[in-house]
Amino acid sequence: MIAKRIAITEQSMNIHPFTFCGAQLHALGSGALFWPNARLLVVSDLHLGKAERMARRSRQLLPPYEVTDTLTRLEDALNQTNPATVICLGDSFDDLTAGRDLPQEARLWITRLMAGRTWIWIEGNHDPGPLEFGGTHLAQFTQGPLTFRHIATEHTQGEVSGHYHPKASINLRGRQISRPSFLVDGRKLILPAFGTYTGGLSSSSDALSTLMDKDAYAILTGPAPCAVPMPR
Amino acid sequence: MTQLPAPITNWFANKGWQVHPHQQAMLDASQTPSTLLIAPTGGGKTMAGFLPTLADLSENPRGGLHTLYVSPLKALAADIKRNLRTPVDEIGLNIRIEDRTGDTTYTQKRRQRVDPPHILLTTPESLALLLTYEDAPRIFDGVQRIIVDEIHALAESKRGDQLVLALSRLQSIAPDLRRVGLSATVEDPQGIADFLACHPQPTQIIEADPGPDPDIQMLETEEAPPWAGGGGKYAIPAVLEQVRQHNTTLIFHNTRAQAEIFFHHLWLANEDQLPIGIHHGALAKEQRQKVEQAMTDGALKAIVCTGSLDLGIDWGDVDLVIQIGAPKNVKRLVQRIGRANHRYNAPSKALLVPANRFEIVECKAALDAVKAYDLDGDPRARGPRDVLCQHILNCAASGPFDDAELYNEVKTAGPYADLTRAEFDACLEFCATGGYALRAYDRYQRLLQKDDKWQLRDPRAAQQIRMNLGTIIDTETLKVRLKSRRGPGSGGTPLGEIEEGFAATLSQGDTFLIGGQIVKYEGLNEMTVQVTRSPSDKPRIATFMGTKFATSTQLSERILRIFQQDNWPDLPAHTAQWLHLQRDRSQLPQPGRLLIESFPRDGRSNTVVYGFAGRNAMQTLGLLLTQRMEEQGLDPLGFVATDYATLIWGLEPLTDPAPLFDLHNLREGLETWLAGNAVMKRTFRNAAITGGLIDRMTRGTKKSGRQATFSSDILYDTLRKYDPDHLMLDITREEAMKGLIDFGRVEEMIARTQGQIDLLTLPRVTPLAAPLFLEAGRVPVKGLAEERLLAEEAARLMSDADLPEAVVKPKRWAVPY
Repeated sequence: MIAKRIAITEQSMNIHPFTFCGAQLHALGSGALFWPNARLLVVSDLHLGKAERMARRSRQLLPPYEVTDTLTRLEDALNQTNPATVICLGDSFDDLTAGRDLPQEARLWITRLMAGRTWIWIEGNHDPGPLEFGGTHLAQFTQGPLTFRHIATEHTQGEVSGHYHPKASINLRGRQISRPSFLVDGRKLILPAFGTYTGGLSSSSDALSTLMDKDAYAILTGPAPCAVPMPR
Repeated sequence: MTQLPAPITNWFANKGWQVHPHQQAMLDASQTPSTLLIAPTGGGKTMAGFLPTLADLSENPRGGLHTLYVSPLKALAADIKRNLRTPVDEIGLNIRIEDRTGDTTYTQKRRQRVDPPHILLTTPESLALLLTYEDAPRIFDGVQRIIVDEIHALAESKRGDQLVLALSRLQSIAPDLRRVGLSATVEDPQGIADFLACHPQPTQIIEADPGPDPDIQMLETEEAPPWAGGGGKYAIPAVLEQVRQHNTTLIFHNTRAQAEIFFHHLWLANEDQLPIGIHHGALAKEQRQKVEQAMTDGALKAIVCTGSLDLGIDWGDVDLVIQIGAPKNVKRLVQRIGRANHRYNAPSKALLVPANRFEIVECKAALDAVKAYDLDGDPRARGPRDVLCQHILNCAASGPFDDAELYNEVKTAGPYADLTRAEFDACLEFCATGGYALRAYDRYQRLLQKDDKWQLRDPRAAQQIRMNLGTIIDTETLKVRLKSRRGPGSGGTPLGEIEEGFAATLSQGDTFLIGGQIVKYEGLNEMTVQVTRSPSDKPRIATFMGTKFATSTQLSERILRIFQQDNWPDLPAHTAQWLHLQRDRSQLPQPGRLLIESFPRDGRSNTVVYGFAGRNAMQTLGLLLTQRMEEQGLDPLGFVATDYATLIWGLEPLTDPAPLFDLHNLREGLETWLAGNAVMKRTFRNAAITGGLIDRMTRGTKKSGRQATFSSDILYDTLRKYDPDHLMLDITREEAMKGLIDFGRVEEMIARTQGQIDLLTLPRVTPLAAPLFLEAGRVPVKGLAEERLLAEEAARLMSDADLPEAVVKPKRWAVPY
């Protein structure tokens, strides 16, 4: 009885391969995106320093461990894929002050992760200016058929963006599950938020329903990421 | 014996009334620091509470606040205002009586702070809120008495803990304050007395004559109750007949959903058009007030209701109480019965309507218990520390405080009498810095020590603290309104609220029941569910959480004893037959053994554990067992728990139960399991909001966009991972263990059965198991079975949708780098 079970292990199943605008991509279960042929890893919306900003702005003292957790998971993704290039797709820091005020060990940690790779910080609405972390700061970046920017635009072909923190919910025999999700249609790809302290915007929300084309599908993150027609 | 002033004595004489002995006893005790009156409904309890106030104000007229009255319900405060006004005016006393609740206008509230009335009627939350203002000492300076009505109900929840902490504050402001508690019949008067007392002072208990025994029976119906399900629809003709024969009937249900369904079917069968209304906590205020007014006017023959009518609003002419569904708890049953016949010294009349055959046995057990005066209840637990954290923040909002003084003050509150200084300091530390092992917020501390006193770092935080005040945490609900013809922008008639999770499953055209009407879902507009009236007669049902109480230990024991009888001459024949059938097909559960049934159904393997440990403990057992079954590769998919059994369904059958019920394994499992389950996360959320870690979700913050906010589940997971000893996790564990987890009763069950497990593998569902398949509240198991189903479903959806080739099917694949 146990023998006939499908072995689902981290190594075998936690990526979902798909083709987008001619590029062979891997959606990772963690919410990161990997492009093997270009050895390029993309993560979006890290929101580092969110807890600090909440304390500063709304006097909430949330557990101050979100930077550690986000960086741990980012390091795991780097170890898993060993990319030559990393793109942080905007809102990497919850705001510029939060970025500047990151504790020393977090700063060193980020520097360590960046070492030996091309590292591109795309600007987001939360972190519109450059920070002193090195790497390249850009509003957008194009490689081959793909263009990387923070917020999706109307008519760009091959656009990879973040910003919306998409999540998708589906019903499984009467049970609803909801997970951060990649959204993909023929022209654009939206990444889920990678940061630990991030919520999600439902794919059925007006904003995402109008943004994505009719043929869009969602790739649910998790131990075994998989694609479903985008719930609207 | 204390004499009443002449005007009051004359008033009694003019009315032809006499002062009841317990009212006199309350007068005699008017100088006692703390008094608890236990009296049945209709015993002039409220008057007994207020008489000393009226006497004092009659003899010594003065300005300023004299008496505070606190009740658990806003409606009750309004009701008392009306009912007190009449005698005060008739006696000719110059007394100002006002209420102050969440519904009081801003202008009125401001004026009350400047110029308080003699008697202020309020709720625990409104009182706590008043105490957060800097001018609290001026407002409460001269207050003489505080009357806590329905104290037995308040003592059952965190609202009570918040109230007695507020009392401790109040007592420091007004040292002469005398406390009065008014309670219905309870199993442990001393427990309530300790709860009310200003420790170490005692509370004097005064017990009124309990009146004659109630006239209570099971309702006899022509049709037998169904094998399974709830709601008691089968009994509708018999219930209508009873309504016809009585002046006014209260028809109690255990959940809102059941009340709605029953009400709907009642009206379908109500050929005489008897005026019958519905009342429950999820209905819009306007809807509830309409029913309350109709009831006060004597315009209704019956009200279908839930616990929202448990408490003492005086409905006048109620002469019958019908309880649909088993009462679960004898004490509450007795209190509900008391709602019939508000005349003192007349027996209350009540009928029990079991919803299915199992409940016949449960009702029989309850009747036996009522006749034996065998009330049930658990001793009150220690005061929860999340409420203490909020109290500390509330105190900080009103002004700087000294930690030692506050600690001593808190210890005068009954539930916190044995609070250690270390526990207090941990709460204070949490309020000040967040209390994390990693000190991260030195710059943003909430509380600072300045000149030896603690105060808010940012005085603007006081407003935030007030916004978050209270211990009632709403489930996420959406308002339901009839769609206005003038377009979506203008508000249509409000009908009530439904849970967000339920709203999410609705698509346009779906129908559901609310407030007794069938409505059609039209869409969502700015967090409001828009509906239209629907001519359909087959609604989907609004799913309300509704508190589900666990059947008490005492009642469960009585049920098991009934099962042991050779035959059941005092039960209806159909029920006796059913029990015999269960005995033939399987077994009846026995007190000293644990019965487990295993059978296939709908392509799944089902396991039923008859633990009789009450709903919450059976739920916990379900969580623990499914976790072990997951480890054993049985792929459990979910479970549902009732008071007597847990049903688990999965992909593989259970064959070796013994290791699952090893107490050591269960305890170990409990620790691991505490990590990830939904009950803990919900408990954490409640503690985190109450304790002030996260802000309450208001409609405004909700509207401002979801992606900015994130679930408290993430905070729970983060704390578990990086700060497992954090105060909020400690509180969550403690809270969950006593309430929703109720592991104590799981341990009790294991001790009771001592490894005597009978696993019966059967070809199909058994008579006793059948009702379980219709139970609401199914809990999914987030295990590997979910990934299996997800992969299957995704494949099916993608092929159904005929999506472009771009999607490569997931395949087994090894990392090449």
